[in-house]
Formats: sequence, structure tokens, C-alpha cells
Amino acid sequence: MNKPPPQPPPDPAEPTGPGPDPAVHARGLTVVRGTRRVLDALSFDVAPGTVTGLLGPSGSGKSTLIRAIVGTQAKVTGTLDVLGSPAGSAGLRSRVGYVTQAPSVYGDLSARQNLDYYAAVLGIPRSRRAAAVTQALTDVDLTSHADDLAGNLSGGQASRVSLAVALLGAPELLVLDEPTVGLDPVLRRDLWDLFHRLAAHGTTLLISSHVMDEADRCAHLLLVRDGTLLAADTPRALREQTGSDTVEEAFLALVDAARAAEDSTP
Amino acid sequence: MNASRTLATARRVLRQLGHDPRTIALLLLVPILLLVLLYYVFDADRRAFDSIGASLLGIFPLVTMFLVTSIATLRERTSGTLERLLSMPLGKGDLIVGYALAFGLLAVVQAALATGVAIWFLDLDIAGSPWLLLLVALLDALLGTALGLFVSAFAASEFQVVQFMPAMIFPQILLCGLFAPRGSMQPVLEGISNVLPMSYAVDGMTEVLHHSEATGDFVRDIGVVAGSALLVLALGAATLRRRTA
Repeated sequence: MNKPPPQPPPDPAEPTGPGPDPAVHARGLTVVRGTRRVLDALSFDVAPGTVTGLLGPSGSGKSTLIRAIVGTQAKVTGTLDVLGSPAGSAGLRSRVGYVTQAPSVYGDLSARQNLDYYAAVLGIPRSRRAAAVTQALTDVDLTSHADDLAGNLSGGQASRVSLAVALLGAPELLVLDEPTVGLDPVLRRDLWDLFHRLAAHGTTLLISSHVMDEADRCAHLLLVRDGTLLAADTPRALREQTGSDTVEEAFLALVDAARAAEDSTP
Repeated sequence: MNASRTLATARRVLRQLGHDPRTIALLLLVPILLLVLLYYVFDADRRAFDSIGASLLGIFPLVTMFLVTSIATLRERTSGTLERLLSMPLGKGDLIVGYALAFGLLAVVQAALATGVAIWFLDLDIAGSPWLLLLVALLDALLGTALGLFVSAFAASEFQVVQFMPAMIFPQILLCGLFAPRGSMQPVLEGISNVLPMSYAVDGMTEVLHHSEATGDFVRDIGVVAGSALLVLALGAATLRRRTA
């Protein structure tokens, strides 16, 4: 039911450039919760092997979009293909890594035990499990806390355990909902370095944030406001298009323009 | 369903409990202490202790597993771990059977301790085999696990989920024949008690109490308990949704 229509409808946000098959391909993506349209006819592509930032204020629909991509959101209509299959297909469950905003790990298990369980669920063979777990802990710099209960870790440490779970099994697409919230600047830089290393090895990353200064670390940006896509472009193009110095200013300029358009067509 | 994912889930649940020795101690010791209490309550009437004690051996595992499972799965739902697991290649059956295995194992230990103490220290006088008591206790525990899993879908908080205990378990205790023979109840209540699974759990215990062999009634009773547990487990599986609003 999520097959792309032969003639995709024209859309102002249509990204340019053909390139390889997109990791995420959305056309007219709409999500309804109750009577409210949480996402309204979003169309965009996420290029493979890149870091794409999903930016917007809180409550703009970022988390809903992420949940639609990983296939946990109900009432999704329109086209949404992930790695060539409709979002939520059974075959995607081990190919897409997902980190929720709140750390979804077991507080009454150690970091290592958490990872060990999730690795088993992902079907990583027993013989390779310990190595995969250690690698993930190293990636998020938590080896010194590996045997602490996740519930006793600090907020930032617990969210890194949650991130480490998503790294298990080297998924092709990593979808991260605000992974750097509450982390100190050093750790944030280290994580962004990790994200770029992963992208360099071919992993596609979609990272949501409401911190605009992280936008310049992304190759491509999706700006979301009130469930609609304000813009989809590179940080540089967005700055140039709006004549701004920073992505934050560009975003505000786009918001003002959208408001003005809304006011003129009530 | 996948055996290694199911076993990994059971091991994970047991590991979580392993970090919580106080819960394990409470789970294992409280039934024994309550039996001892009951023994002295019926100080002058040992026959009454035999019949109520045997019934309680069936009720304890159901109640404790109901509480433990309902809260464990509610936490799984509210902490986001359930959503994460269901975005991974984990079957709903893997999760449910994993929980049932882990809590079933705990229930076996609990029931073995309680039954052992009742028979050898409190002189509980049963005609049948203690193994049959243990079998009924295990099936009751599975029923409790199944009910707990099911009701956790209808609770948004721990406050709500513990209220399901008086709402779903107390009526069954009142109507299972522990306080008055089921046949002597007001006919409507007797009819209700005939469709509540705990009635059969207690009937099964009573059969073991009075008969040295596994009677036809006993087989029917444990069949009803096992069938109810499977039915409720299936209903519980239906409450696990990969996609939620």
C-alpha cells in the first residue's frame, strides 16, 4: 500500500539531484492523531551515507516523523519507503537502528546486560555478541561504566546506553531522536565525530534536534514546523537562500515567511 | 517465534529480578509466612487448615505472578523499551513466552517452597501427590502471568495497575469456593464462579487433597486453568501493537 505512485506529485520541497536510491523516500506523508494532522503531506528524500538533520521546535512533529520512519507510528498515509521497502516492513527491523528521546533501556540491568539482550533480539549470533557489545560500548565511550546499572547512570550516560543499543548490528539507517540533549560539549563533539565516521562507512543517519547550532554538522537539513516541511536543503543553501549567517537565522526567516503567507491567505 | 529470542527474553527478565533480591525474598517468603499464620489461626481445627491451606497453595502463585507481571509489562510499555523491542525483529510470542518462562520458573520455586513447608512442617494432610499440587500451582502462576500481561494494556500508571488486583483477582477469590462451597452460593454467583478460572484452580487443589489418584475431575480442572491461561496470553499478545498513536 506504500508503493510509490508512478508519477510523484510535484512538490516545492522536491529535492534536486538524482543520485543513488534514497535511504528514506517520502511523498505526501501524512499522520493523523485524533482529529489533528500531526504531519501534513511531507515529501522529501534522505540521501544514503549522509548525516541529515531534522530540525524544528518542540512539538513540530519531529518525533512523529521519526516514529513513522521506524514503523512504530499508527495512521500513516502517503508514501514512505525506507531502504527500498515500505516503512515498518518486517525485513527492516534489523536494518534500522532507532533511538527514542527518553533512553529506552532497562534501569535494573547493567549497561552491558542491556546491550547483550538487545543484541540477542537483533539476532547477532552468540559467538559475536560479546564483541559487538564491547564495540558499541566503546563507540559511545561507556566502557568504564559497562557494569553499572543503567538506572544508576547519569541522564547523559543512560542516553548513551540507549544510543549504543541502536549501534548494535551496524544498521544501514540510524534514526536518532535528539541524541545529544543534555550532553556536555565535549561529549557532543565526540558523538558528532562518531556520526560522521559512521556516515563515512556508508551508514545513513537521520538526527533530530531542536538545537540549531548542530545544524551545520549535517550535510542536509529538513526543517519542520507545525507538521509541515519548511525547507529541505543543505545548511549552506539555506543560509544563502535567506541571506542569513546562521541556520538559526535562516530558520527564523523561513518561519516568518511562512507566517506571512498564512496571514495573507487565511 | 524464535527459541533463542524467547530464551534471551526469559534470561533478561530473570537478570532484572537478580538485581532485585528484596523482591525475590518477598515473593518466596511471604506465601510461607502466610501459611504459617494460617496454621496458627486454625489452631483448634486442623481439618479446616488442610482445605484452606491447599486452596491457598493455588491462589498464592496466581496473585503474586499477576502483580509482578502486570507491573513489569506496564514498565516495559511506559519506559519505551517495548516500543524499541517491537521495532526490532522480536516476535510478540517471543516476548510473552519469555515472560511466562521466567515468571513460571520463579513460580515453581515459590510453589515448591510453599508446598514443601505446608506438607512437611505444617502437616498439611493431602491424599494425592505433592507433584500434582505443584503442577496446579505452576498453571495458576501462568494464569496470573497471562492476566497481568493483559491488564497492563489497560493501565496508564502503576496506581491503576495495582487497582486491577482487587478488581480482577478479589472477586475470583470470593467466588472460588474458599469461603463457601460454590454450590451453596446464590445461583447467579454460582454461575459466575463456573466461568472464572480460579474456581477450577481451587477445585483442582481440592481434588488432590481428597483423592490419591489424578481423577477425571482433576484433569478437567487443570485443563480449564491451562486453557484459560493460553486464551488470556493470546489476548495479551493482541494488546502488543507494533504501531501506536
